[in-house]
Amino acid sequence: MSTTKSPVDNGVNVEHLLTARQALTETPAGAKFKWRAKCEWVNGTHSKTTVEDFFGLGEEQKHKRTHTFESDHPEIFASEDNGATPVEIVLAALAGCLTAGIAAVAQNREIQLHSVTATLEAPMDVQGILGIDSDVRNGFDGIKVTYDIKADASPDEIKAIVAQSQKRSAVYDVITNPTNVTVEVRKV
Amino acid sequence: MRVTTVIIGAGHAGLAMSQCLRTRSIDHVILERGEVAHSWKHERWDSLRLLTPNWLSRLPGYRYEGPDPDGYLTMPETIAFLERYASVTSAPVHPHTEVTSVRTNSNGYHVETTQGEWEARAVVLATGACNKAHVPPLAAAMPDGMASVTSQDYRNPGQIAPGGVLVVGASASGTQIAEELQRSGHAVTIAVGEHIRAPRVYRGRDIKWWMDAAGVLDDPYDEVDDLNRARHVPSLQLAGSAERRTVDLNHLGALGVRMVGRLVGFADGKAQFSGSLPNQCALSDLKMNRLLDRIDAWATEHGLDGAVDPPHRFEPTLVPHDLPIALDLRQAGIRTVMWATGYRPDYSWLEVPVLDRKGRIRHDGGVAAAPGLYVIGLPFLRRRKSSLIDGAGADAQDLSEHLARTLDGDAVATASD
Repeated sequence: MSTTKSPVDNGVNVEHLLTARQALTETPAGAKFKWRAKCEWVNGTHSKTTVEDFFGLGEEQKHKRTHTFESDHPEIFASEDNGATPVEIVLAALAGCLTAGIAAVAQNREIQLHSVTATLEAPMDVQGILGIDSDVRNGFDGIKVTYDIKADASPDEIKAIVAQSQKRSAVYDVITNPTNVTVEVRKV
Repeated sequence: MRVTTVIIGAGHAGLAMSQCLRTRSIDHVILERGEVAHSWKHERWDSLRLLTPNWLSRLPGYRYEGPDPDGYLTMPETIAFLERYASVTSAPVHPHTEVTSVRTNSNGYHVETTQGEWEARAVVLATGACNKAHVPPLAAAMPDGMASVTSQDYRNPGQIAPGGVLVVGASASGTQIAEELQRSGHAVTIAVGEHIRAPRVYRGRDIKWWMDAAGVLDDPYDEVDDLNRARHVPSLQLAGSAERRTVDLNHLGALGVRMVGRLVGFADGKAQFSGSLPNQCALSDLKMNRLLDRIDAWATEHGLDGAVDPPHRFEPTLVPHDLPIALDLRQAGIRTVMWATGYRPDYSWLEVPVLDRKGRIRHDGGVAAAPGLYVIGLPFLRRRKSSLIDGAGADAQDLSEHLARTLDGDAVATASD
């Protein structure tokens, strides 16, 4: 390879991202994406969700391959535990999004990461979903994310990367702010 | 009527530009919809003081020379300060002359006003960044029976119905109004989104003294990382007061103001708040500390460490543990929503195609994307202090020089025709 490499390498092609950012600033229509998922009920509380195509940069796009997510409930709910519970997948989505952001922000700030570990915990009172107490909400009471990060930077620089990642995270926004959800039903 | 340059707006920026054009013997008029310092007279609340200390009120050929250089001008004092400037510079102000349209013609610009028409080779827009209070679209879904006031309409607590107030926005306007209303007996809840925390005094000196001395206010527009962002960051949480109070969220919390996340909507009569408050506060604390780091480094470099108080850091913003994400406003006793959600310029009369898709003027350091058209007095126009009174001077110098060169270029072009 003859290309000169930045000494900091978190595996994020920041140059490409910045070029894309500039291009989308000039043609904002290309920034309109649509994300999609397909879910098939298997049996009991077990479902299989696949993601394959999405829309972006003005045209249909495809993942390199189809990604599959199995969701189910644990045995204490009298289920077969064929996959993570959907709320755990929400935690996975949040952690995945924030951690990707941390890598990108660190790269942009030329900070080398050595290890990034997120631990997530989200309390929930299941009296809500079981319909025992209508004053209890179905969702989490809150989400606690703890990051352990080893990087060539000061503690405040590391905190600033994590804060910036939250500021630019789609899943963090989806969770912290309301989103209109429309569910349509078609009989087949 | 014909004139070389029309300046629109007789606030500090328009007056500074006028003085610079006068020095260069460029004939001009200032068209003003009301009188000198109109916005300061009619669109600010009664207790407001400038956020910058008096010694920082510097304009080309003029400066504050009163008895209290470390104080902060009240609104009547600010108005008098600018009226005196207009008078000592013999600024050619045409008061009560509202511009209704600006468009290009073969010689430059055609300016229509309520008092006649002008032909000019150059036009300087000095109408400011705060013409209209910006109220977010979600306000349309506000529950019935709630009074709605903007920071631009607000004058004093007497105007607010008894009962609680939800102040939306925690920048300079929101925090100051929240403090005033809480102290006058209203139970205030403040919805906090992105905000910039700053202490009024650090190491014994006004924060603006540090920012001026360390060159922070002079950071040029073509050297910042993300200019678009720099031009749209919220105002510092600062207030001008005799006691030099810091009016940050911890101060408001100690007064009993209730903190909630950014207002994100209304549903079923309830206000909904973002769960992002802890991060908003973390971002703001980190940003403040980066500013203090820069100040400390500058102080050490310039041998000030023995002469001023030692460096220290402020307690992080105390974020309440039980943040509500929804609030039934009526049940919570809230009768008024105060929108302190920023301001926007008004260019509805500008018929020159220089606005971007968001209605902002396209310009390079105040040189608009149309020959002979300039804008002054916007945030980070040419330097960090561009929105301050003290920033108008340097910007007006630069832009008047550009304007003079453009006129010379025109003259050469005409001569060679």
